[in-house]
Amino acid sequence: MTALQSALSVEVGIVVGYLLAALAVGAVAYRLTENTAEDYYLASRTLGTVVLLFTTFATLLSAFTFFAGPNIAYNAGPEWILVMGLMDGILFALLWYVVGYKQWLLGRARGYVTLGEMLGDRFGATWLRTLVAVVSLFWLFPYVMLQQRGAGLALVSLTDGAVPYWAGALGITLFMIAYVVVAGMRGVAWTDTLQGLFMLSVVWIAVLWVLASVGGPAAATARLGEAAPGHLELGGGLYTPQYVVATAVYIAFGVTMFPQINQRFFVAGSKETLKRTFGLWPVLVLLLFVPAFMLGAWARGLGIQVPEGGNVLPLLLREFTPTWFAALVIAGALAAMMSSSDSMLLSGASYLTRDVYRPLFGAPDREALVARAGVTIFAFGSLALSLATNATLLQIGETAFGGFAQLALPVIVALYWTRTTRAGITAGIVASQAFYVAAALLPWLPASYALPVIGSWPAAVVGMVLGLVVTVAGSAVTTPATDERRSVYFEGLRAD
Amino acid sequence: MGERSEAVLWSAVAVVLVALAVPWFLWDDGRVVAGLPAWLWWHVGWMALAAVAFRAFATRAWGVGIETDQPGGGGRA
Repeated sequence: MTALQSALSVEVGIVVGYLLAALAVGAVAYRLTENTAEDYYLASRTLGTVVLLFTTFATLLSAFTFFAGPNIAYNAGPEWILVMGLMDGILFALLWYVVGYKQWLLGRARGYVTLGEMLGDRFGATWLRTLVAVVSLFWLFPYVMLQQRGAGLALVSLTDGAVPYWAGALGITLFMIAYVVVAGMRGVAWTDTLQGLFMLSVVWIAVLWVLASVGGPAAATARLGEAAPGHLELGGGLYTPQYVVATAVYIAFGVTMFPQINQRFFVAGSKETLKRTFGLWPVLVLLLFVPAFMLGAWARGLGIQVPEGGNVLPLLLREFTPTWFAALVIAGALAAMMSSSDSMLLSGASYLTRDVYRPLFGAPDREALVARAGVTIFAFGSLALSLATNATLLQIGETAFGGFAQLALPVIVALYWTRTTRAGITAGIVASQAFYVAAALLPWLPASYALPVIGSWPAAVVGMVLGLVVTVAGSAVTTPATDERRSVYFEGLRAD
Repeated sequence: MGERSEAVLWSAVAVVLVALAVPWFLWDDGRVVAGLPAWLWWHVGWMALAAVAFRAFATRAWGVGIETDQPGGGGRA
């Protein structure tokens, strides 16, 4: 066996061992699963602080944390750390309260499992429920595809091409189907917790290792300053104030409407769980993104050359750490991708079965079984797409976040303004989605819009404002339909 | 403190936390302090401050603007 082959078998062994550990956790969770839809989708609303925190956090993280994010830091400087701080540390935490706590109370009081159910019930319209689900699935699909694609590419680079892309993506998909189908939300949440802790530990060991071999952060930063002086300055190049604010804002709002995140607003075991989780967001963001993105930024000064389409983090680790450790980090990246996709499969399936299947065909006799079929169909559908497409990871991902961001403001208006009408929220959702889909997909429409005084803003933010204005104005000029139940979001909301 | 002034106070805290999450006053500044860019130290401090502020909100004012006073109603499970 050559040195290369033995290194390869160490790497593959680590990834396989890691996957088996995740599967074992899923199997333990399965033993606690009851055969009801609420248990399958929401673990019967019983998650505690650590599990809720990590399942949401691991779900938020994707290939971006390990690949695209460090790549941007390598190419343009580490300011994405600030974008993440504003986005996930502050804005998402605030929305965790504003959207999350309110949804949690409503979900407990009225038994909602999906966002569509919550809106359909309040506005007295099953078609609104289906509309919200269809819009969500439209954006979710490409995002799951992104994760499968990332996993496939990670395995190709890990094995130096011994495992082809299609086999990697297929393998990861089958593996996820296995434990999502078996274990449902409880299994997903537990494996997410394992994966989240794993990612945090791996990224810290990586940063300590690299810094120890180059002589500490001061030396690494000094070398970055020599190689790319502009990268130490705040702003410049890619980073304009508008870019920083717009990116943080639309992704933070978009995240809250992603089915897998939005559904987590329903799963907390108690109010205490939500309260404790709330204050930990900035801490987790600090602990993960500073080391992950600084590694990418420092690599620039450490002589790492990234070929076109390559990822900086694996290259940096191959240079400065032993093979087995670089493999651990790739496993960490796979963990990030899987912990997002498994949750997306589960939530996507719940939207599909509850908000699309049910209104069309009636409540199924064995909903937990239909749900599992939904997971499988969803996973293979997005896998097929991931084998066909060749757009870059970042572009696809950003399109999905922008699409979900369009839902956020109409929903928030409905949650807090009694005067919101069915016509108003429907117009707001349809107008902003139509605008954003057109801006994202039609090449002759501009991707950003220059405005006097405040400068140029991306279509995602412009569409959010449009959705807000149309929802409010539409509600102001229409009267509520007779079957709307305007009080359900405002009565008896307490939990002690 | 009434519910309304409590809501105003905490909204103001939220606005400040959002507004200064990016240290705009250090824009174009590339000074390095203790091995890291100065603006990165601001980020570290600001996230810590936000965590403390969120914790204080959760213990003192959780429910402001959301919970309603009528007990019971809504058919809670």
